[in-house]
Amino acid sequence: MYRGIDVWKNSKLQLQDSKKNVFSDFQLNIFYKRYIIFEIYNSEKDMFKIIKKEVLSSVIKSFEIEAPDIAKNIKPGQFIVLRLHEKGERFPLTVAGKNLEKGTIKIIFQTVGKSTTELGNLKEGDFIRDIVGPLGKPTEIENFGTVVAMAGGVGTAELLPVISDLLKAGNKVITIVGARNKDLLLLQDELKANSTELLTATDDGSYGIKGFVTNVLADVIKREKVNIVYAIGPVPMMKAVSNMTKEYNLKTLVSLNPIMVDGTGMCGACRVSVDKKIRFACVDGPEFDGHLVDWDELTSRLKAFKENEKAALEKYKEILNMECKCHKE
Amino acid sequence: MPQRIKMVERDPNVRNKDFQEVNLGYSDDQALTEAKRCLHCKNPMCVTGCPVEVNIPEFIHELANNNPAGAIKVIKSKSNLPAVCGRVCPQEKQCESKCILGIKQEPIAIGNLERYAADWAAKNIKEENFDIKPNGIKVAVIGSGPAGLTCAGDLAKLGYDVTIFESLHDSGGVLRYGIPEFRLPVAVLDKEVDSLKKLGIKFVFNYLIGRTKTVEDLFNEGFKAIFVGTGAGLPTFPGVEGENLNNIYSANEFLVRINLMNAFQFPEYDTPVHKGKNVVVIGGGNTAMDSVRTAKRIGAQSVKLLYRRTQNEMPARLEERKHALEEGIEFIELTAPKKFISDDKGFVKAVECVKMQLTEPDASGRRKPVEIEGSNFVIETDLVILALGLNPNPILPSLTKGLQTDKKGHLIVDDKFMTTREGIFAGGDIAGGSTVIQAMGMGKQAAKNIHAYLTK
Repeated sequence: MYRGIDVWKNSKLQLQDSKKNVFSDFQLNIFYKRYIIFEIYNSEKDMFKIIKKEVLSSVIKSFEIEAPDIAKNIKPGQFIVLRLHEKGERFPLTVAGKNLEKGTIKIIFQTVGKSTTELGNLKEGDFIRDIVGPLGKPTEIENFGTVVAMAGGVGTAELLPVISDLLKAGNKVITIVGARNKDLLLLQDELKANSTELLTATDDGSYGIKGFVTNVLADVIKREKVNIVYAIGPVPMMKAVSNMTKEYNLKTLVSLNPIMVDGTGMCGACRVSVDKKIRFACVDGPEFDGHLVDWDELTSRLKAFKENEKAALEKYKEILNMECKCHKE
Repeated sequence: MPQRIKMVERDPNVRNKDFQEVNLGYSDDQALTEAKRCLHCKNPMCVTGCPVEVNIPEFIHELANNNPAGAIKVIKSKSNLPAVCGRVCPQEKQCESKCILGIKQEPIAIGNLERYAADWAAKNIKEENFDIKPNGIKVAVIGSGPAGLTCAGDLAKLGYDVTIFESLHDSGGVLRYGIPEFRLPVAVLDKEVDSLKKLGIKFVFNYLIGRTKTVEDLFNEGFKAIFVGTGAGLPTFPGVEGENLNNIYSANEFLVRINLMNAFQFPEYDTPVHKGKNVVVIGGGNTAMDSVRTAKRIGAQSVKLLYRRTQNEMPARLEERKHALEEGIEFIELTAPKKFISDDKGFVKAVECVKMQLTEPDASGRRKPVEIEGSNFVIETDLVILALGLNPNPILPSLTKGLQTDKKGHLIVDDKFMTTREGIFAGGDIAGGSTVIQAMGMGKQAAKNIHAYLTK
């Protein structure tokens, strides 16, 4: 198989060999970046096209991506694994919606590390090298009675298809979403349309109730009989929700986001302890009983590559900056 | 009778710092001399030791007549991956173990000669001609590992319209993500896959059958038979305290990061891996050997291999064990992990071990190890790799109606390699195989039976 990346490597070596030191590392890095862009634009076959891009906030972006086979079979709660280009890492993202007619899936994600930042910098018409999915078990949808569905941050987007199906299944859906401030709130209209009742909390009180989603949950539990709680979001939020509902013996499902590599049940990177047993989020999950999850272990495992992640992001930004300066000159 | 010709290997202290191949292959003269040692037995026992039934004396005869083109033709009529087999088969347990020469002296170096013929072909044969008459019958192969590639190759040669569905972004399965570059170069694998593509096989990547599409979808799209070679899945963990600490990887995770994702070139490549200084690998199979040698190559100062039995009971190929020792890997036999000890940030800093002793043979015929009480000791480490085996990948069996599995999760197949559902065949790790060549053998038998099934 002919690999673009080898072409790049060879050409870099040849350049270094033939014109000793004519090209600085700075320039070579620009070649590298151009090469990556070249790859993204030019090898469209079997790749995944970005049909629509929306910028929801400074850090949250929404993409509609052409992936008809995934769109056809994906269900709420499932995720995909992406690889942006030949040098990219494989990383999971939960899917926020689909359009069967257009054959597209929607992802809404926060730019945190290098890969999500790089993904966020792609434009409409660009291609993503690899996407595999749907992965993981879908959310079990049935008529539970009254469901409290909770999300924090970008988890809100992933909650939407879940509550939409829960509502259709005849549940009373009380949705509680939270964010640091008003600007970071997502999809309020869509959530409202798919919930029996929508409660919104902001940490600073700039919108809705001032406080955390757990404060709102406490009020709801006092107010009425809840049959099940569903939570998706950052680990501290899911942990806090689970700790609270445990006191009430109120069944709570959480959607976990551990580090993954293949995402197909092969590497064991995504292992979590549930009820003191090893479970793999990619095939046994991503949803588990929140009362049985070892939250401290998960929190610790998410930090396994913290230093590497920081270094990768810095290097990426450096290359981006070089590129910008170069244009200005 | 001349002595068996040893293949030239690179200096252990040079090769343990890079990923280039360890064995350098035979020269033309060496291959000729070695091939001439073959007695060309009337009843060749070696063939009975080959899971894919390569006509070994005939290909060696061609080599002895200085006709590598003829040799590769003989091999390829049976094996679709000769350059792979010549490198990774445990010949000492298979073909070479049956060689008559081996009774009085060393057996003929069948693996080395196979590799020579395959490498010669890769260099010298541009166009391969197979007389294929397409029959237009669609067959789906799930998984592009050794079982899938073999089955697909044989079916394509019989004229079938074969599509391989692969869940990863590249082909080869364990041959790419598991076996490291220094044992099986990616370029060699790519070449083998290329020659399969020339048979008309279509590859579809990023496709997880069961999830992206179901087996029902495939039958509805006109595939008449399906071969399942989805391989080994979930890694096994020892079940001891602290096994989920950071910097404790399964061998699969470690090798996937490095082989498939090029993590040793981070940050040029985006996937990171912890490059341990004092590495401990636990296990005694080929995967354990690949892990220790890879850890050494990405810069570990010390690499220790812990195994609960002795070297004699290790399932790893003899050559891999020898290479590992030469490259400075320390084998600590009769030792098992009891507990992984954490630093204050949740990263492993030591492993508490216990010494073992061997008692009566167990079900596997190997002597069962038991703990020696009070023999606990501690090894400091910053990277632990667990190579304790794998369970079959559960995704497809659990999502497909009518597929029955045994207690361990292997697909149950009959003597024709058909699963409990008509038209679905299986081979390789998912059906209880455990080595590359076993997987290839099963893929080959399945292809024969798929042909019989579709022509009955």
